Amino acid sequence: MKRLQAFLVDRIGLSDSVAYLQKKTVPVHNQTFWYYWGGISLFCFLIQVVTGVLLMIYYRPGPESYESVRQITNEIHFGWLIRSVHNWSATAFLVSVFVHMFSVFFMKAYRRPREVGWWSGILLLLLGLTFGFSGYLLPMDELAYFATKVGLEIPNSIPLIGPPIANLLRGGLEVGEYTVQRFFALHAVILPLLYLPLLMLHLWMVQKHGNALPPSEEQKPLEKRRAMPFFPNFLAKDLAMWLITLNVIALIAALFPWQLGPPADPLTPAPEGIKPEWYFMSSFSTLKILGNIFPGATGEAIGMTLFTLGLVLWTLIPLFDNDRANGRRSRRVTYFGIFVITVLLVTTFWGYFKA
Amino acid sequence: MSETAPTIQSEDEMSRRGFVKTALAGVSLAYAGAVGYPIYRYLNSPVEVSQAAAAVKEVTLDKADALEKGSALMFKFGVRPALLIHHDDNTWVALDAVCTHLGCTVKFDGDSKRIVCACHGGVYDAKTGGNVSGPPPRPLTQYVVTVNTGSVTVKRAS
Repeated sequence: MKRLQAFLVDRIGLSDSVAYLQKKTVPVHNQTFWYYWGGISLFCFLIQVVTGVLLMIYYRPGPESYESVRQITNEIHFGWLIRSVHNWSATAFLVSVFVHMFSVFFMKAYRRPREVGWWSGILLLLLGLTFGFSGYLLPMDELAYFATKVGLEIPNSIPLIGPPIANLLRGGLEVGEYTVQRFFALHAVILPLLYLPLLMLHLWMVQKHGNALPPSEEQKPLEKRRAMPFFPNFLAKDLAMWLITLNVIALIAALFPWQLGPPADPLTPAPEGIKPEWYFMSSFSTLKILGNIFPGATGEAIGMTLFTLGLVLWTLIPLFDNDRANGRRSRRVTYFGIFVITVLLVTTFWGYFKA
Repeated sequence: MSETAPTIQSEDEMSRRGFVKTALAGVSLAYAGAVGYPIYRYLNSPVEVSQAAAAVKEVTLDKADALEKGSALMFKFGVRPALLIHHDDNTWVALDAVCTHLGCTVKFDGDSKRIVCACHGGVYDAKTGGNVSGPPPRPLTQYVVTVNTGSVTVKRAS
């Protein structure tokens, strides 16, 4: 065993990597807690890969999709658990991604030289939301059907090119078995193919530039800053976070198994009080509010323009606030961030309690 | 006194390290089990269904009593293919149809009145299932046949 270890360490050059990782440090200060959220997102993504592959073993897209998910949920041993973990871990993934994004935002970790990290992160978030949207249809129950129908109205509302895009995504004029089949290809093949290289780039950026210091810490003189080695100290804490995440997901998945509604039926009216998943609730409410103020297609058009503008602004933040000194621009960006969080939270809660 | 104290302390430290190691290994094993067991059962589900289907003791074949003399039909005994042969002398034989050589499905050859396997040329006796020539190492398993009016019942020989 010892000799095998020595052989591998020598031939792979493992000691070099370990030496490197021991030299690499993670800053220690009162905001260090937020450094773990990227790792938690990564762990949730890994859970998604494992449970996703497991679900693929029994899932059959197309006309049998509902029946196959029913079998997974009711007949296959622990199928309900795997499916529940996949759904709850998706939720945990997006929660940790949002926490990660806002902590990066408020710690100003997007500043030079970390712009590419910010941009790749935004693309990963958009892909993550597309994962959520495409995966939601796959069981082809009532909720999945209407969520997809409503969701595809968004590309449909783009003038001129919108309807052909929506038709291509749908594989027809109505959501049906062709839609499930292509959403499955999207969810299980195309999105992972796009996601993985971007994730590698994102992780490489963290590796290359290290953890960013929040402005308060950056003002301290070098000798007053504290740090811990990445290996083993930070890694051990990272793994502890992963363990906590695993326990929380397992507990919630077991206590609140994800439900399967009645099969989708185009002739059945939408159920009362139907709501989108929480991560689409904010945009859903915004469209609803705007629709009350500006009736007809105007409200939708204004909403879409606002979303697009907001996203562009959010993406371009590193170009606007790239100054290490905390000037007026930096403070404005912080206020903008607080404004965005407030709008997201208020519209989300409004969606749950008012509508 | 001051000479012995450090030794005791270091022994104590060693056992503490050992305890932590064992505890960590135990917890890791428990987690591996808690994650691995559901995954194993999940993947094994169809195997269990198949095993339950394979455990059948008898199969009733509707209208199989009308099978013409000198001909055969294929049916499923549990999950395995099987052969029911109505011989010219009005005897009935049911045999497992999986070649004992490498698992191909065999067929009844009406001309030679023998059971042949197309994969590697194995030949079996159509009345006993005995391996006559070619590579098969063992005879085909024989079932017990009961002919009723309107059906044929095939049972596992106990």
